[in-house]
Amino acid sequence: MTTRIYVPLDSSAEAMGAKKTAAAIVAEAEKRGEKIELVRNGSRGLYWLEPMVEVETPNGRVAYGPVNAKDVAGLFDAGFLKGEKHVLCHGLTEEIPYLKKQERLTFARVGIIDPFSIDDYTKFGGFDGLKKALKMEPAAIVKEVTDSGLRGRGGAAFPTGIKWNTVLGAQADQKYIVCNADEGDSGTFSDRMLMEGDPMCLIEGMTIAGLAVGATKGYIYCREEYPHSINNLNVAIEACTKAGYLGKNILGSGKDFELIVREGAGAYICGEETSLMESIEGNRGLVRFKPPLPALQGLFGKPTVINNVMSLGSVPIILAKGGEFYKNYGMGRSRGTLPFQLTGNLKHGGLVEKAFGLTLRELLYDFGGGTISGRPIRAVQVGGPLGAYVPESQFDIPLDYEEYAKVGAMVGHGGLVVFDDTVDLANMARYAMEFCAIESCGKCTPCRIGSTRGVETIDKIIAGKEVGKNIALLNSLCDTMLNGSLCALGGMAPYPVVSALKHFPEDFGIDKTAAA
Amino acid sequence: MTTTPALSDQQKKSLDDILARLKDEPGPLFPILHAIQDELGWVPDETVPAIARALNRSRAEIHGVITFYHHFRRHPVGKHMVQVCRAEACQAMGCTSLEEHAKKTLGIDYHGTTADGQFSLEAVYCLGNCALSPSIRVNDDIVGKVSKERFDEVIAELRNA
Ligand SMILES: Cc1cc2nc3c(=O)[nH]c(=O)nc-3n(C[C@H](O)[C@H](O)[C@H](O)COP(=O)(O)O)c2cc1C
Ligand code: SF4
Ligand code: FES
Repeated sequence: MTTRIYVPLDSSAEAMGAKKTAAAIVAEAEKRGEKIELVRNGSRGLYWLEPMVEVETPNGRVAYGPVNAKDVAGLFDAGFLKGEKHVLCHGLTEEIPYLKKQERLTFARVGIIDPFSIDDYTKFGGFDGLKKALKMEPAAIVKEVTDSGLRGRGGAAFPTGIKWNTVLGAQADQKYIVCNADEGDSGTFSDRMLMEGDPMCLIEGMTIAGLAVGATKGYIYCREEYPHSINNLNVAIEACTKAGYLGKNILGSGKDFELIVREGAGAYICGEETSLMESIEGNRGLVRFKPPLPALQGLFGKPTVINNVMSLGSVPIILAKGGEFYKNYGMGRSRGTLPFQLTGNLKHGGLVEKAFGLTLRELLYDFGGGTISGRPIRAVQVGGPLGAYVPESQFDIPLDYEEYAKVGAMVGHGGLVVFDDTVDLANMARYAMEFCAIESCGKCTPCRIGSTRGVETIDKIIAGKEVGKNIALLNSLCDTMLNGSLCALGGMAPYPVVSALKHFPEDFGIDKTAAA
Repeated sequence: MTTTPALSDQQKKSLDDILARLKDEPGPLFPILHAIQDELGWVPDETVPAIARALNRSRAEIHGVITFYHHFRRHPVGKHMVQVCRAEACQAMGCTSLEEHAKKTLGIDYHGTTADGQFSLEAVYCLGNCALSPSIRVNDDIVGKVSKERFDEVIAELRNA
């Protein structure tokens, strides 16, 4: 009997040695004359267990982890091919609480399937959405997405259906779908996980977007830091094209959609949509003035849908199960699920897809298990390098776009970076300004000059020089950047700074009671 | 003016092939620059006039694009590119001391290359490995939970490879 064994090909699993583990398993099986079939899947997102090896048994898949090459012989001895007990065994994968408590819609297949297998993909619901969309009028597809309440997952949370509707209504000889796979935010990796572990989901989402707005060509702009994503997408595109799900005359419908992957070049600003399009066109990544909206004059001057990987990756299930189904998850105006990314100083870092409305406290403790250092959590940066530092007093606010905005914070792309009580928030504020200075496209003064002045001013505060005066200067500088910047890099870099000042004044040498 | 040597015949041929293959793509400059860097290891200034001619754009424009992006290099680099992540999730797990360790161990600062031409060192801002920080990237592979000892092991492995 052949036993099927899964070892993830995910970059983070490989960062912990998955490739060596896979090779050791193959070698050991050969040595013992055991027949195995090795599948390289995506990651389940239980990253502290990576490399996490799964063995298929009659009762379901059994998880072992973290499995290093040196553990492999012992696992064979213990009978892991039959799913037997071992110190590294975690029982049935699906029963692991971290996974069981999740609501996986966008990530329904990630970690389960072979990312390059059309059979696996279709067996788990893949292309159901596309098949439905092929029978629908474009406006009906757009309506389904509008009804789902899906809002852009790249950061700005703009309603996806409304954006698509503008492009649908535009008249042009060519329209484009662009996928923003620049994922520059620190503390995030959900786009990468999907591109590596279920690339066909993104391909299907983009194809549906093309059908919806009448675009026959799509670009995926993927950051250079993700070579495995770029490779997996290209392999999957070829497989889908060969199988008739992509390219000319999709599934005999007479509709065409062609997909091209473009590689970035290490500029954070190219995650901003207009800068991204400049980059595809072969220019410096300078942010464009709006209007015109990209929806009307976007890539190569043509009407363009530009969406984040998570937005487009949520489209297949919305089409397959209906907008209503998706909308039933979430709260307020934040509908559906968000794949939260638990990172930094946490025992159980990983990906948790849940409906909007849960709290940071649940994510940090029920899922994350508290800090890995064993010290108390002091601050969490939510929503990437432009997101606020959230103090414990705000850990019970529901994760919802509007509720977060009310306290000057943002949910953004769903990344959480956890710091214990050894963190110095004055240093983190300085870093936020430094990052803005390094990555500024240079088009406007408040961002280009303001960020450099910000670093200098915080340096003075840290050195204890005229603290009161320099704090006032820093606040006014932040104000100028907030109000006078063309895009959210300069416009939001003040958020981490202002939140650090407000919630952790003692780190800047100010008395907490005096600051309040 | 320029101190870099002229392109070798081999390099010229690579450049011509790349330009012929990619110049008619929509928005051809990025694919061309990536192809040049993948093939030659960097983007020599001497390639700029040929690129400009092939795309019918000014040299200043091409130069402007190359210098805008961190990834495109105008100088040769070591055999192995080592990038240390400096972003927040890695800071939360102590990357600041890892940065110091990397510089000390390799004996170079950021943007530097070791005298034996084996290693170049760069900073990077997030590698998408934030749940297993601190992270480094070595060529196309990520390494997670990088302690100082782990860093030394990785470097030793590359040295002996
Ligand atoms: C400085 C900056 C960086 C950004 N980086 C990203 C990014 O890496 N990925 C992304 O999807 N959106 C990013 N955005 C947001 C995009 O401009 C845009 O809102 C998004 O691509 C729209 O897609 P969505 O509606 O699906 O979110 C960034 C914006 C700014 C101002
Ligand atoms: S805010 Fe900064 S990054 Fe944005 S357009 Fe202005 S200079 Fe460029
Ligand atoms: S912050 Fe270092 S890998 Fe993301």
